[in-house]
Amino acid sequence: MATTYFTEDHEWLSVENGVATVGITDYAQEQLGDLVFVELPEKGRSLAKGETAVVVESVKAASDVYAPVNGEITDVNEALSGEPALVNTSPRENGWLWKMKLSDEGQLSGLLDEAAYKKLVG
Amino acid sequence: MGETETANKTLPLEDLHKAAGARFGAFAGWSMPITYPTGVLKEHLHTRSHAGLFDISHMRLFDVKGPGAAAFLSRLCPLDAGALSPSQSKYTFLLAEDAGIIDDLIVTRLAEERFIVVANAGNAAEDEAHMRRFLGDFDCTLEPLDRVFLAIQGPETEAALAKAGIDGGNLAFMHGMEPRPGWFMSRSGYTGEDGFEIALLERDARQLVERLLADERVQWIGLAARDSLRLESGLCLHGQDIDKATDPVAAGLMWAIAKPLREKGGFIGGQALAKKVAAGASEKRVGLKPEGRQPVRAGTPLFAEDGTPAGRVTSGGFGPSAGHPVAMGYVKTALAQPGTRLTAEVRGAKVPVTVSSLPFTPHRYRKG
Repeated sequence: MATTYFTEDHEWLSVENGVATVGITDYAQEQLGDLVFVELPEKGRSLAKGETAVVVESVKAASDVYAPVNGEITDVNEALSGEPALVNTSPRENGWLWKMKLSDEGQLSGLLDEAAYKKLVG
Repeated sequence: MGETETANKTLPLEDLHKAAGARFGAFAGWSMPITYPTGVLKEHLHTRSHAGLFDISHMRLFDVKGPGAAAFLSRLCPLDAGALSPSQSKYTFLLAEDAGIIDDLIVTRLAEERFIVVANAGNAAEDEAHMRRFLGDFDCTLEPLDRVFLAIQGPETEAALAKAGIDGGNLAFMHGMEPRPGWFMSRSGYTGEDGFEIALLERDARQLVERLLADERVQWIGLAARDSLRLESGLCLHGQDIDKATDPVAAGLMWAIAKPLREKGGFIGGQALAKKVAAGASEKRVGLKPEGRQPVRAGTPLFAEDGTPAGRVTSGGFGPSAGHPVAMGYVKTALAQPGTRLTAEVRGAKVPVTVSSLPFTPHRYRKG
């Protein structure tokens, strides 16, 4: 059973068996507006917490999405190349960004749970 | 439109935008509606197929009147204001002595001795100070107008306005008039579509907005779509595509300056401009079409095929009607031919870009 965590940068992580699926929250996609391009990372790349993993581009601006924890990218959501708007229409399901194998599960304890995140965005 | 920008001025109709669910952001010192719940893509497309309503009250209107009004404007702008027929509007500039662009303006002649000048929000204070510096030499007055300013743009605008009780049918593109006391209405805009801009008193504006929005063809459109619409249409944003460091020759805006004026001068910046015309521009403003889906933003450096610097992007984003990323920028004159292939460097990656003729989306103005 997957556990979902959130960050103050408006990302969600669904963690199961040491692998996290990462995306941005509904609040974040709403703030960004209609996405027209998602720059996906390469599989196998190692990410350190806080590093830019993905760049999402709206009509108006480009925004970075940071790695919420350390790990190695195992998969990216190729569907976004053809349909970046999936992030807007389904941020928590079909609009996921990448999957990463965690290298330090201890970092998860520093993240927010859904209740804390909801409080953050009001 | 960075988040660090501060906005201390609010629109008179801010409550209406809040009620419509607008997301606000800072632009030129104003808190502006950036998008509405429909979102920028749909707002953009709605304007191209129906009628978009924009609150542009951040822009500044000046009333110039007196026997010396035409001479005053002809000194300040590369414009023969006395040659305008009543109701005629003209796109022009305030130029510095070195022909740098202080601002771009629309000047409309309302009567023999009376003109309306529409200036950009971010430059309004500087424009006014600049104009006042020369006012004493002319027999005329300059008065900033306190108005709500609305733009209604798109193919269904004339019909929607008529339904709201405003007849714009007799007004040809780039003409303006005063349909009622305290009102100024011109057939113009900055989207590439047919449309009108109406300046009016706040209470009248509230009534007009209510009537217009009761028509399903009309929808509020935010600043984000205003930007994508003007960029697709190849129209310059002052502060980005033109500024004091650029001039009408490099910007490809000489069409706005009548030929006799280019040689004869007689306006501020005239001598410098004539020299630039004679020497030719070392760089030119061009349209840029990035290959693929990735937008290329303002500030992105451009390179020629041999890797040498070619220029820079000044506006860039996604064109919802074009269906692909669109941009404009300045490149070396030798590289300004449409079809020239360049490379944009975006976050370390090379994006192929082709010099493209402007506009990306054909203008659909209603010529008289």
